[in-house]
Amino acid sequence: MYDFAYHRPSSVADAVKLLAADPDAKVMSGGMTLIPTLKQRLARPSAIIDLSGIQDLVGISVSASAVTIKAMTTHAAVASSAEVRKAIPALAEMAAHIGDAQVRNRGTLGGSIANHDPAADYPAAVLALGATVHTNTRRIAADDFFTGMFSTALAADEIVTAVEFPIPEKAAYVKFPNPASRYAMVGVFVAKGPAGVRVAITGAGANGVFRHHAMEEALARNWSPDALEGVGTDQEGLNGDIHASKEYRAHLVGVMAKRAVAKAG
Amino acid sequence: MPKVSLTVNGKPASAEVENRTLLVELLREHLRLTGTHVGCDTSQCGACVVHVNGASVKSCTMLAVQCEGAEVVTIEGLAAPDGTLHPMQEAFREYHALQCGFCTPGMVMSAIDLVQRNPQGLSDREIREGLEGNLCRCTGYHNIVRAIAAAQQVMHGKVKELPRAAE
Repeated sequence: MYDFAYHRPSSVADAVKLLAADPDAKVMSGGMTLIPTLKQRLARPSAIIDLSGIQDLVGISVSASAVTIKAMTTHAAVASSAEVRKAIPALAEMAAHIGDAQVRNRGTLGGSIANHDPAADYPAAVLALGATVHTNTRRIAADDFFTGMFSTALAADEIVTAVEFPIPEKAAYVKFPNPASRYAMVGVFVAKGPAGVRVAITGAGANGVFRHHAMEEALARNWSPDALEGVGTDQEGLNGDIHASKEYRAHLVGVMAKRAVAKAG
Repeated sequence: MPKVSLTVNGKPASAEVENRTLLVELLREHLRLTGTHVGCDTSQCGACVVHVNGASVKSCTMLAVQCEGAEVVTIEGLAAPDGTLHPMQEAFREYHALQCGFCTPGMVMSAIDLVQRNPQGLSDREIREGLEGNLCRCTGYHNIVRAIAAAQQVMHGKVKELPRAAE
């Protein structure tokens, strides 16, 4: 690992100031992707701006219509939150199966979505639930947030502060984990709620998470696994690699989607 | 060089480190606590698991400077001063939950966190799932699961003495 300067600001304003002053600095939340990336010398930031000292970025609040999770809240905290489990059980359940227990103790919501790994779980939840991403300057709709593999609508000096998830009537997430890495080869989050019927696919798309509009239309007419019978997935734009071909991923999307609808009930 | 001050196994510790120094390097190379192992060095195997502020973490995937002011517990900090083993250590011994022993420190640290977070008790399947972040390449996990299942009974106060392994 190359060396770097290290900052641990105690407010979002200070973090943004540090970030604006140094274009080669990187923000670190849980560090579960960034630290391994640094160790492999795949990145060489001039400075790390560690958000873990910002108390204001941790916490969960639940209203009648939404669950708002601050950016530095760990997956373990979301998974074990009785409030989240009651309001959006699919979200708590998803968080409980990210990585392993040690990763969940460090990894955060903000880090996961700002990184937008094409096989990460959280982007599927954010997109399917029609969540709103809060940053230090604005609010971004999920549909506008994820712009491509490892890229988002965030400006260079913008930091995710929270995500607001509207509470759905029904939702579920099912993934097919890679047997070795446990990353989603395909993960499907389905939701029926205030934002309509939405189906988000992670793990499969070459541009990261995406919505499956044909499945959404089928499920809007008839919310049942059977409604997805014969609804295909275009292999164009899917990932094909040593773990799974495009054809196999396209097939998995159908299977995981049916299971997710069945699980949502 | 930055100086990091923290509590390790109940005692104050400090060291001059680089910003890029990993927690596991601080523990092993600066503080000479070599019970914490480096297996894969890629966040996968769990041999380096320690507790930071009560939560199990992979110490190869955390910077030493992030631990300023933190409470860290390593495998060396589990046994009582008189040498009495922690119930989880005792269970690993009783149930022969190791072969080469390389993964054992991380297994024990992860297992303690797992049991503490689940006061309702864990099934064998839940124990296996809870060990997702720890790899053992010798034993096939069977005795590790048995050891944790037994240790949780002691840790939750269900039994006073560790149930003995069958002869």
